[in-house]
Amino acid sequence: MASIELNGLGHRYPGSSDYALQPQTMRWEDGGAYALLGPSGCGKTTLLNIISGLLIPSEGRVLFDGRDVTTLPTEQRNIAQVFQFPVIYDTMTVFDNLAFPLRNRKLPESEVRSRVAEIAEILDLSSELKRRASGLSAEDKQRISLGRGLVRKDVAAVLFDEPLTVIDPHVKWLLRRQLKRIHHQLKLSLIYVTHDQIEALTFADQVVVMYQGQVVQMGTPQDLFEAPAHTFVGHFIGSPGMNLLPCELNGDSIRVGEQSLAIPPALAQQLAQVSGPLTLGVRPEFVRCAAEGELASLHARVLRLEDLGTSKLLTVQLGAHQLKVKLGEHAELPGEQVQLALQPERTMFYAAERRVA
Amino acid sequence: MKTYNNKAWLLVLPVVLCVAFSAIVPLMTVVNYSVQDILGPDQKVFVGTEWFKLVMRDPELHEALGRQILFSAAVLAIEIPLGILLALALPAQGWRSSLALVLLAMPLLIPQNVVGTIWQIYGRGDIGLAGAALNGLGLDYNYTGDSMDAWLTVLVMDIWHWTPLIALLAFAGLRAIPEAYYQAARIDGASRLAVFRFIQLPKLRGVLLIGLLLRFMDSFMIYTEPFVLTGGGPGNATTFLSQYLTQKAVGQFDLGPAAAFSLIYFLIILLACFVFYSLLQNAGPTEKAEH
Amino acid sequence: MQLQLDGISKQVGADTHIYPLSLSLVPGKINVLLGQTRAGKTTLMRLMAGLDKPSSGRLLADGVDVTGVSVRKRQLAMVYQQFVNYPSFTVFENIASPLRLAGQLGEAEIRSRVEAVADKLHIAHLLQRLPGELSGGQQQRTAMARALVKQAPLLLLDEPLVNLDYKLREELRAELKELFQHSQTTVVYATTEPQEALLLGGNTIVLDQGRLLQQGPTLEVFHHPASMRVAEVFSDPPMNLFAAQVSGAQRAAELGGDIALPLGPHLQALGSERYTLGVRPSHVRLTPASAHDYRLHCEVELAEISGSDTYLHTRHGEISLVAQLPGVHELAPGSAVALYLNPSEVFAFGADGRLAGSPQRRQAQGSAPWPA
Repeated sequence: MASIELNGLGHRYPGSSDYALQPQTMRWEDGGAYALLGPSGCGKTTLLNIISGLLIPSEGRVLFDGRDVTTLPTEQRNIAQVFQFPVIYDTMTVFDNLAFPLRNRKLPESEVRSRVAEIAEILDLSSELKRRASGLSAEDKQRISLGRGLVRKDVAAVLFDEPLTVIDPHVKWLLRRQLKRIHHQLKLSLIYVTHDQIEALTFADQVVVMYQGQVVQMGTPQDLFEAPAHTFVGHFIGSPGMNLLPCELNGDSIRVGEQSLAIPPALAQQLAQVSGPLTLGVRPEFVRCAAEGELASLHARVLRLEDLGTSKLLTVQLGAHQLKVKLGEHAELPGEQVQLALQPERTMFYAAERRVA
Repeated sequence: MKTYNNKAWLLVLPVVLCVAFSAIVPLMTVVNYSVQDILGPDQKVFVGTEWFKLVMRDPELHEALGRQILFSAAVLAIEIPLGILLALALPAQGWRSSLALVLLAMPLLIPQNVVGTIWQIYGRGDIGLAGAALNGLGLDYNYTGDSMDAWLTVLVMDIWHWTPLIALLAFAGLRAIPEAYYQAARIDGASRLAVFRFIQLPKLRGVLLIGLLLRFMDSFMIYTEPFVLTGGGPGNATTFLSQYLTQKAVGQFDLGPAAAFSLIYFLIILLACFVFYSLLQNAGPTEKAEH
Repeated sequence: MQLQLDGISKQVGADTHIYPLSLSLVPGKINVLLGQTRAGKTTLMRLMAGLDKPSSGRLLADGVDVTGVSVRKRQLAMVYQQFVNYPSFTVFENIASPLRLAGQLGEAEIRSRVEAVADKLHIAHLLQRLPGELSGGQQQRTAMARALVKQAPLLLLDEPLVNLDYKLREELRAELKELFQHSQTTVVYATTEPQEALLLGGNTIVLDQGRLLQQGPTLEVFHHPASMRVAEVFSDPPMNLFAAQVSGAQRAAELGGDIALPLGPHLQALGSERYTLGVRPSHVRLTPASAHDYRLHCEVELAEISGSDTYLHTRHGEISLVAQLPGVHELAPGSAVALYLNPSEVFAFGADGRLAGSPQRRQAQGSAPWPA
């Protein structure tokens, strides 16, 4: 178990002048569950490979518990990794697969047995231990891969590279719970790479959102949802993502298209300091249909109402832009025109993509 | 209710005809010869299993068969591991890899009789590079006179000629293993040997099976190269089965025994292939390539 | 196109991949084929396409028997999970390829059709690129454009978004829905994800282990699953299920231990026997939604926070209960929590797994775009 520090860490692939990973400094605490979240090509896999030692960064340092491991090869770093697709040793039994990392490190056989038994129990593999690993389903194989990653007690961190890609949606539920339980029981440091926001947010204590080689925000799932620091975080997290509307400050109010929205003077003062065009951001969950004549509301034309089974999604036209509003399961069509109220403390303002208020 | 349409048979007819003319008709001719004594164009006597009995009791055949089994065993025992080793040692990518592959493939492109001629010259004690060099080192090497030398020369020649095939197959097999397997093994702390034993070898099983079968059949039927190199000598030291068969059929014109012998030969190869195949199949189900 | 499957089945050796089933696709609409991995979705699609021949039954296209008719002679297009494009053709040539193969259109017509469909799928600026130079999302857009350009009356999509990033999936799904809404094409869309079926709307066909379990308008199937298996397949997060004994006198369901859940009005007809009750996680709440709500004291096992929602995994004795709560709720494992169930939102399934009662809906019709 170890804390992980990234010190001015950045990477350019040979022959490329662009950073695949912008230089950055970060610290991940011992025993924490972290997720690296972002679209493909955002640099999350590059970062993971640097931490696991499969890639040596072009600049900066990686420290495990203060010890510089930047140039150490994978096998000397004491980490475990689970890959996107199941990696199993075909010719071995499930037991031997799980025991492999331990036997390679010359652990006494009695300890190997007890460790494997414990992990197999957590992952529901106890009844399969004597079977040949090659005959199992993709899900069971991925369970074995997870088990091999988790079986060692002495690892600095366990890295997961989109491990649930091949798993059916409702088995994902079970495996996610098992992972979470393992984290509570074994207190391992876990780093989980994914493009799936639900997986990242439900798994991690701290989510690191990456975009174009940069970390745009690191925070708890709640932070990311309620107060995105960057418009990309607003857009990427939540389905549908945050509504983003260009706006202008006009004295003590905000102009959105042709309409005016009153804001508190303190906020207006804060926004007056900002140069450059402003963007208003509000999540579909924090917009509601207001009563006629209610203050601080915007007028919009209803485009459609979609029933998603357990909730409804309203799409409206507001000036030149479309806005999504999440409504309850039993919401009715509000009419052709609608007044929308934005929850003040959940309405954010952005300039040059960064949050300013 | 099912309706059958017999027109589909017409589609397989060309294949049936091809197989009939290329395999079944010649085979039946051989079967025909093997149970008759042909004394002249119109004089044929049915002799039953007589030729088979004769052939089975032929001490020269026993010797040839023994040599043949030893030769094929040696070929497989050396070429398969050597081919794998070569494949492992090859650069994985870049121009070095391409160059190595081209160089490696060259012996495969040379016709058998030319290979025989090359080695015939190469091994000569007076002007051959290998022969002269060995003699220069003080070894008494003479493949035309010494049976052991002749035998070893044929073996080395076959290894030179065919190991690249195994190496190329194994190389292709190795490239098909996803990178994640190697990464996982490094992380699991596996030694180089363990990576080979638990990842590379199991993943190579499919291509090695093909290589093994090809090399077995080919080596068991070897004819041209030793014929060109040594003519089967000195004495009978390098007379393998097919050459012995030719001597019987063409040289001595004993068509009956030769036909019986051909059938036995055919059955031996069929049986051995079947045994190899089932052994390897039962070693575990073939893994389909993961993504 | 009106595609009808009449007693279609598929047998491979001793294995039955599709048990005899009959269904007709709703013409000009999205037909979602929902089922877990190995449910038979791909097999059924291949049968619809004529790529495989059914072991029994007939396939009717607009009333004409097309069983065994080669896929080449059928008017249809197909998109796969993998991004299938010609690697040496530009995006333009890839999209144009089906039109060129058909050989009926002039160059100008081909160009205008390709450009129109590329525009719809937002790849008009990529037409001169090769597939190898594109991102996964762009490659799949190209594959879809190639399928759409034919304007075939039947379009089969086999989990087309599964290999794409989550956010990209969301985007493309919305675009596809929009696209299909304005076309006459009959679309079949296979997926494992209940959410995807709901987002696409249209009609849903639920498949499980080679059997057709239910078909109907998507929301109808979602709100009134014909069996427990359908409810399981069509529910994410999974539906909470409890074994229950209904007792006649109190009109309540005993769930074991001390729980006697009163039966809602829609379940009054249940007999005094064993049932399985189901509650969707989104119907388990922290505060009562009505005066009739039943309170259950549970112990928290795990709170998964997804940002917009919290998935609360709890336990009451032998019963485990998952709640999907809007907003963020930090509840420590081991702490006590009171959860509320509304008896009128409870599903009941008989001993044979068939639906015995489902919550009444206030409005039966699904989504309709508001007239502009």
